[in-house]
Amino acid sequence: MIAIIDYGLGNLRAFINLYERLNIQVKVARIPDDLKEASKIILPGVGAFDHAMMQLNRSGMRDELEKQVLLNKIPVVGICVGMQMLAKSSEEGKLPGLGWIDGIVKLFDASTIPYKTRLPHMGWNTINPVNGIPLLNGFNKESRFYFLHSFYFVCNSEQDVIATTEYGLVFASAVRKENVFGIQFHPEKSHFNGIQLLNNFSKF
Amino acid sequence: MLYPRIIPCLLVHNKGLVKTVKFKDPKYVGDPINAVKIFNEKEVDELIVVDIDASAQNNEPDYKMIENLAAECRMPFCYGGGIKTVEQAQRIFNLGVEKIAISSVAVANPAIITDIAERVGNQSVVVVMDVHKRSITGKYEIITYNGTKNTGLNPVEFAKEMEKRGAGEIVLNSIDLDGSMKGYDLNLIQKIRDVIHIPMTVLGGAGSLEDIGTVIKQHGMIGAAAGSLFVFKGKYRAVLISYPNKIEKEILIKNYFLNQQK
Repeated sequence: MIAIIDYGLGNLRAFINLYERLNIQVKVARIPDDLKEASKIILPGVGAFDHAMMQLNRSGMRDELEKQVLLNKIPVVGICVGMQMLAKSSEEGKLPGLGWIDGIVKLFDASTIPYKTRLPHMGWNTINPVNGIPLLNGFNKESRFYFLHSFYFVCNSEQDVIATTEYGLVFASAVRKENVFGIQFHPEKSHFNGIQLLNNFSKF
Repeated sequence: MLYPRIIPCLLVHNKGLVKTVKFKDPKYVGDPINAVKIFNEKEVDELIVVDIDASAQNNEPDYKMIENLAAECRMPFCYGGGIKTVEQAQRIFNLGVEKIAISSVAVANPAIITDIAERVGNQSVVVVMDVHKRSITGKYEIITYNGTKNTGLNPVEFAKEMEKRGAGEIVLNSIDLDGSMKGYDLNLIQKIRDVIHIPMTVLGGAGSLEDIGTVIKQHGMIGAAAGSLFVFKGKYRAVLISYPNKIEKEILIKNYFLNQQK
């Protein structure tokens, strides 16, 4: 069963609706016990980095979550700010991140963005996926997803990057280290591509 | 590569969807949830829903309706109408709305933009400017409370201020062209585009895909929103929800966007 972490941030209903449509069982996790039976975990996230970290720390679920992810190797995917939380730190805040993937989160350099509109990076953009990643099965350079963010993930190890996107520079739009995944775009708001990605996640 | 956005804008009045002309004469065009379902199937880039009763009648936002719409939307969802406080904005955001549209209260209390942005992030704060062009002087002015209250504010100056205060996007709406389907006010759009760097979405006047193409050709990365174009068909304005299909959209982007990029 897929557990979606409810720590007061992110559009849980949108995820639940999509999984119900796919006939896949999901559970909203609000207390540590809810994470115990999970075979997969989704960490959604929106808003500011520090606020998100604070909410997760306050939720009481962090210890159980770390046990499931780091010890039991349950697959987890962080989405948007949920992805950024996987890093060690963020230029957006002062609190440390989860540090599950070796990297930091930086603000886009607006001067490199070739449009009158600079930040946030908002709208439908394409991804360039690495081959052979089950989470990104069925996608290619033409596949579009919805983005809404001003900060981006910088991996210390190139190996952890599983998809890139261009906005002023080429940045990591999806990352992975072992069982820990992060995606910067919003699958729950990306129509059929998003449904397929969430379906992929449920299958491996 | 990032693409410009083509966005249906729906108005809610007495719990139904309506379309107005110059902010008046709301005509019933259907059920909101049903419309969202159709727009899901058509894979629209984004959706804006504005409750036109809320601020004008001083009502609380209809949280139940917003929650239902947000849950149904498989695309980014922007809600506007009746938001006056940071707490209301936060509550709506927690219902699963990506963007919060603020209009009347941004004029009455501009500092609230900063407060809301600190809570939910700049990228989620949208300021809607409803603009009227004075027929004698030709001057543009922001009108609030669903087109009923003159503010004397110049939209160019106001847009700059909103960007400075932390808005993540401006929706520029022409009251005079609302429902007219005569094309966007390109002069007004240019004036605002010249002074801000945050994303901008234009609304009011689109009557054809060519109108949308024209504004994309001029401005590249822009949101082109429309009401009538996506809910009416033909000169008798029969209600029919529509949106360009994949091929139509690709042709539009190719002709008006890709060929313009250097």
